[in-house]
Amino acid sequence: MELKSNVPSGPLAEKWDNHRFASKLVNPANRRKYKVIIVGTGLAGASASATLAEQGYEVSAFCIQDSPRRAHSIAAQGGINAAKNYQNDGDSIQRLFYDTIKGGDFRSREANVYRLAQVSNNIIDQCVAQGVPFAREYGGTLANRSFGGAQVSRTFYARGQTGQQLLLGAYSALSRQIKTGKVTMHTRQEMMELVIVDGRARGIVTRDIITGELASHSADAVILATGGYGNAYFLSTNAMASNVTAAWRAHRKGAGFANPCFVQIHPTCIPVHGSFQSKLTLMSESLRNDGRVWVPKKPGDTRRPGSIPEEERDYYLESKYPSFGNLVPRDVASRNAKEQCDGGKGVGTTNLAVYLDFAEAIQRDGQATILKKYGNLFQMYEKITDSNPLQEPMMIYPAVHYTMGGLWVDYNLMTTIPGLFAIGECNFSDHGANRLGASALMQGLADGYFIVGTCIANYLGSNKLATVDATEQQFTETLREVQDHIAKLLKSSEGGPEGKLTVDEIHKELGLLLWDHCGMARNKEGLEKALSELPLIQKKFWDRVYIPGTGEELNQSLERAGRLADFLEFAEIMIRDALAREESCGCHLREESQTEENEAKRDDAGYSHVSVWEYMGEGEEPTLHKEELIFENVTPSQRSYK
Amino acid sequence: MTIDTIDLSLEIWRQKDSKASGDFETYSLQNISTGMSFLEMLDVLNENLTREGKDPVAFDHDCREGICGMCGAVINGIAHGPEPETTLCQLHMRHFKNGATLVIEPFRSRAFPIQKDLITDRSALDRIIQAGGYVSVNTGGTPDGNGIPISSATAELSMDAASCIGCGACVASCPNGAAMLFTGAKISQLSLLPQGQPERTERALAMVAAMDSEGFGNCTNERECEAVCPKGISIRNIARMNKEFAKATFFG
Repeated sequence: MELKSNVPSGPLAEKWDNHRFASKLVNPANRRKYKVIIVGTGLAGASASATLAEQGYEVSAFCIQDSPRRAHSIAAQGGINAAKNYQNDGDSIQRLFYDTIKGGDFRSREANVYRLAQVSNNIIDQCVAQGVPFAREYGGTLANRSFGGAQVSRTFYARGQTGQQLLLGAYSALSRQIKTGKVTMHTRQEMMELVIVDGRARGIVTRDIITGELASHSADAVILATGGYGNAYFLSTNAMASNVTAAWRAHRKGAGFANPCFVQIHPTCIPVHGSFQSKLTLMSESLRNDGRVWVPKKPGDTRRPGSIPEEERDYYLESKYPSFGNLVPRDVASRNAKEQCDGGKGVGTTNLAVYLDFAEAIQRDGQATILKKYGNLFQMYEKITDSNPLQEPMMIYPAVHYTMGGLWVDYNLMTTIPGLFAIGECNFSDHGANRLGASALMQGLADGYFIVGTCIANYLGSNKLATVDATEQQFTETLREVQDHIAKLLKSSEGGPEGKLTVDEIHKELGLLLWDHCGMARNKEGLEKALSELPLIQKKFWDRVYIPGTGEELNQSLERAGRLADFLEFAEIMIRDALAREESCGCHLREESQTEENEAKRDDAGYSHVSVWEYMGEGEEPTLHKEELIFENVTPSQRSYK
Repeated sequence: MTIDTIDLSLEIWRQKDSKASGDFETYSLQNISTGMSFLEMLDVLNENLTREGKDPVAFDHDCREGICGMCGAVINGIAHGPEPETTLCQLHMRHFKNGATLVIEPFRSRAFPIQKDLITDRSALDRIIQAGGYVSVNTGGTPDGNGIPISSATAELSMDAASCIGCGACVASCPNGAAMLFTGAKISQLSLLPQGQPERTERALAMVAAMDSEGFGNCTNERECEAVCPKGISIRNIARMNKEFAKATFFG
């Protein structure tokens, strides 16, 4: 596997301009002759679909839900970053670039991150023009807030529903192109396999979720915008249908998978409350601006929080990190919560929670001020937990939230399979080992609106592609592979449910294994244990999973089983990646690599690279390749929040 | 977080596919934690049915945070159940009494054909948006975000309308099967903003025409839509749509 990043030469600030000039173009009159498949209609997929259709390409877009408006981008609360410097507080493209690359703990590619910061400003203009109702100042200008510990106010927002508003903006642009006929929208379709012809990505095989019908679709290029793989853990803040299947199937066909162990665990989520729990709910981290995190000093203290006197409380973030206090980055806050709970100081019915207390802020600023800032979050919390944060501290615990790892892409967002592109969360490119708050929306829209169009034109303009048709042999063969795969999934269900397990029972087992050994803190022993136990769960799945019904109908158990089968395979490279990276960086804490103060210790001499995994065949050990990261414009420094 | 449990009797609409005729089936569930969400309760039922070798109840859901608009069913005659401004996924079992009977059926409307059990086809709502629920602006070349000032009050009013999640509860609860709250919300969002002005007339005409051709009914001020809307969208948006439509019709 050859990893050519194709980063253009020249000074950092001029690379994107130079690259756009050097890239091949497709004549506007010829664009309609090219067909592009886009899988996924979240921020990245919807914006790319609309943009490419506007440029004149024939676009086929696919989504798993009943409408492109449902993608999980919609759930993002906090906001979107841009280097507008509207607040005149010292922001710039250079600063957004630096913050992002430092936040990612120097494990991302300089050129990609710089380009992201460059186009961030266009995104805001685009969204405003679409009619996205961003928050405004009384004078009519756009409002900003500081987010996730950033020292400038660069986050644009629409109440606590920024993701929704940006997605609906992209969805409206997509809808307009559907109306013109330039986009053919396929809803309730799941991508089951990638079709390769002559070494290039030329199509996909899909399953119609309503009828179970399989179909082949051909194109000149395929773009995956299929999101992250956080649901490998079963419990995460991801939507229920979010899955790794499209990315994993591409990986099996030759696309390198980069940094799979980089998983962001968000510190402020509502704790797990029972074995029936289906997902976790995130509470915006803006809460940490006013909330104080604490646990009882005495392990096993079961008193109500109000009965625990001040001197018997441990405000552990404030004491450990006096300068950042409760505002330390996500990974640091998460790890410390785990540490307290591991030490027996966790609270709540499961002892897996810490308090986030607003009492002092309410006393200082008054109830009205606090409600104005966090009213909707308090309401959401109360709806789920039946407890009022004005009267009793919130209980929070970390949860899997975002995956920085993903399909490896070069500067052109192309994977190691020619003609296969990956955009948004499903690629690895911009966030290194840790993503900053309000940067996911920025990346999804940057890729879709402003970057992938150039990359597609360059690819189509510089390669002479043969005409292919979905009836050709490679398509019928791939379709048969999918049929066989579905038959294999249903095999163990013959003979009824006795002695069998449901899909969710097995998924929960996988989730627990990953959470325990490949979660917030990892060590060699635990990872090796996980690697040896994983095949047992895989075997259990294939021998004993029970799926009612058939493949030729709407069958939600079968859908989940197919996704779980891929998570089970994918988990192996997650664990192997965590094992191979014997340093700590960003979200990835190897217990063996810590400073004297128990902070993550990076090893730039040994691990300043992207780890890229190559699939070697079923049952074969995957091969690790490395893309060295070269820092010409920033000097990697050790993060410190003391 | 209480750990009380309740027992329930469920009467659920079961329908094999869009062509089959459906009927209610009764199920009993024991020891349901009151901390569960309504959909988690259905998960438990489905796990039980699967273990018994029966077909689980098909239902739509995705984010389970009340924002994607994918979930929805009618519980004892009320779309999304008894709690105000709450989607099914955010409705918790503590709001139901021990021993209660819950009648669960899909969102019913002429324009929403049932596909299986509680799953309906709401693509008619997408087609209303495709008719004109956008600003016709291509990617690139847009003016600076601060180029056109918009008062905070206007932005907030527009945001009130824009918060629609497209779940279709308004349609399901309307005696006329009208989609006027949904359509009115989008027309309002854009007609309030300067960016929406150039296409204001065409948009109102096209979206109302699409709404009619999809088989949705008309508003007779029952206000059922507003009562069940999980985002609390006001019927003022219908009034605004009517005004936009009248202006477009009479003055062009």
